[in-house]
Amino acid sequence: MKTLRYSAVMAAAIAWTSGMAQAELTLSVLIDNNPETIASMEAVTAAYTAANPEVTFDIEQRAGGADGDNIVKTRLATGEMADIFNYNSGSLFQALKPQETMADLTAIEGQANVLDSFKQVVTAPDGTVRGVPFGPAMGGGIFYNRKIYADLGLTVPKSWDEFMANNAKVAEAGKVPVITTFGDTWTSQLFVLGDYFNVQAEVPTFAAEYTANKAKYASTPAAMRGFEYLEAVFKANYMNEDFGVASFEDGMRMVATGEGAHYPMLTFGIGTVKQNHPDSLADLGFFAQPGPDAAKNGLTVWMPAALYVPAASPNAEEAIKFLNFVASVEGCNTMIGAAGASGPYLIKGCELPADVPPAVADMLPYFQTEGMTAPALEFLSPVKGPALEQITVEVGSGIRPAAEAAALYDQDVEKQAKQLGLPNW
Amino acid sequence: MASRRPSPYPYWFVLPAAVVFVALFLVPTVASFWFSLTRWDLFDAEFIGWDNYRQFFKEPFLVQGLTNTLIYAVVTSGAKTVLGLLLAVLLTSGIWMQGFLRSVVFFPVLVSTIGVGITFAALMHPTRGVINLGLESIGIDGPAWLSDPALALYSVALIDIWKGVGLATLIYIAGLAAIAPEYYEASRIDGATRWQQFWRVTVPLVRPATVTVVTLSLIGGLRSFDIIWATTRGGPGFASDVLASVIYKQYQAGFYGLATAGNVILFLLIAIIILPLTYWFNKREVDL
Repeated sequence: MKTLRYSAVMAAAIAWTSGMAQAELTLSVLIDNNPETIASMEAVTAAYTAANPEVTFDIEQRAGGADGDNIVKTRLATGEMADIFNYNSGSLFQALKPQETMADLTAIEGQANVLDSFKQVVTAPDGTVRGVPFGPAMGGGIFYNRKIYADLGLTVPKSWDEFMANNAKVAEAGKVPVITTFGDTWTSQLFVLGDYFNVQAEVPTFAAEYTANKAKYASTPAAMRGFEYLEAVFKANYMNEDFGVASFEDGMRMVATGEGAHYPMLTFGIGTVKQNHPDSLADLGFFAQPGPDAAKNGLTVWMPAALYVPAASPNAEEAIKFLNFVASVEGCNTMIGAAGASGPYLIKGCELPADVPPAVADMLPYFQTEGMTAPALEFLSPVKGPALEQITVEVGSGIRPAAEAAALYDQDVEKQAKQLGLPNW
Repeated sequence: MASRRPSPYPYWFVLPAAVVFVALFLVPTVASFWFSLTRWDLFDAEFIGWDNYRQFFKEPFLVQGLTNTLIYAVVTSGAKTVLGLLLAVLLTSGIWMQGFLRSVVFFPVLVSTIGVGITFAALMHPTRGVINLGLESIGIDGPAWLSDPALALYSVALIDIWKGVGLATLIYIAGLAAIAPEYYEASRIDGATRWQQFWRVTVPLVRPATVTVVTLSLIGGLRSFDIIWATTRGGPGFASDVLASVIYKQYQAGFYGLATAGNVILFLLIAIIILPLTYWFNKREVDL
């Protein structure tokens, strides 16, 4: 009782003083360590503090990939999460049990600006929206070096056969055809995940049947092709010599500076080149992953990560005010200014500048044409096996054949579905 | 066990230690058996019987992880024992700068394992690493130490041996110092060669040190994780996965119940290997 009365007095005191001077507040923020994320967050928090001097931010970085998943899950579960944190949307978001762990952001002012296509991928099972977009939408495809293409007279391939023909010419010219960076194991998944546009073009029902435990990678030829592509690149010996230990940043450097011709990756790599090798940004191009049919080629799209507020945050009210700013056109433009425009932002009225880098200009037409994009599988199904990155490393290093790998991945997926307690598994 | 004398200490005397032991060791151990039977996502735990164990034994990478664990433990433990003894003999023979050399051998033990792992990952880089650049300069085409699936596990074992041999050497030096010089004197008078002295005097009499070194390094090898994670993360693919890294990956994926089941299995495995081993060693010691 005594503490209650004491805190009531304190509250009254705060209410009284805030009339004269705003109470100072520091919001803690946890973000991944991607250079583009850091630059965006630093810019948008600085802009917010400039407008609201009483609010400052304490930004903490974490690892990406599986280590990052682990950090976010553990900190949420133990109540140690920062006031604001960034994390993937889609299936990874669902795995955080958003209904229990995150504040409901359905009704906040900022949501009015957010495109519906994004709200879907941060909606909890109970229909409430739990995040606001942070960063641009991404394409999963293949970066290429425009200088090498110009020197060798190559054209952007629309089918896998054209792609392999280009690779043969690049190899002949003594350059690395397909940059491979298995030192960061997550980068090995791109040929499989980035192929999803081509999968759904051929089997439109794949996502629904896959979630319902009916369709499998090993028994769906269109889905297995991603694994076969990895195998084909290994068998043709198209990789860089240090493919087993090279990192994501190595890969972006190699494709931007022309050490290699192609690098299968998500377009957020554009931000990395902008930060690390700005002079080479003009040589970086991008195309969607080619499939079996040149007439049906399109881009697999990743929704941006989101910012969330943990349900347990004592500063939720202030944190939400900040998220309103992030979701505003002004906030969006601040981020474009800092991190560059590496893809479309999902905020109404937030336009990209006219002078985007070539890789972005290569990507935008896919978004502007109806039917040229499809969301990646992880935004359509909660089922994603945790060992995919190890399995794709195996295929890409010639340890395991494609068909066997696809079957193994089906087993891995089954384990995850069971651990999530999904129906039908 | 034969004569159980009453403890000279009153119960309240052991109470603080008992509280710490129960709260920090006994309770978590028992709790882990419970959680290994649940589908646990840190928020709530649902009892699912033996499903986690069934799943863990079905894990396709488990068999390889298990084989790798045994290979890794035997290779590192064996090498540390043999090299440790040889180094200890060398470093007690009164050679030049003996004290300095002893600290040089022991120094890697003091360095952080993760630091050693990261350093060696750089040294063993297939194209830019110092090791392969050195080999190249004498005309040898060095392998991809940590990314060749056939080699990765042994490369990590090599790093582990380099880091751990100092401790084995230290234990052996203490063991050698405990051997009375009279044995060597007597054997010399009997006309034993240096070689015979080593096999007939040193090796049998240094046995208690051997038991310690083998047991410690075998346990260390069986539960080894940090150095593997810092260098290869079990890769390429699953080529250098050991039981501990397989378990960690389940934990990382958010399968906490499954990971706990894996830990219970690891606990049992170590017990199954180490208990008979120590029993056998102790029995032999009595025979001696």
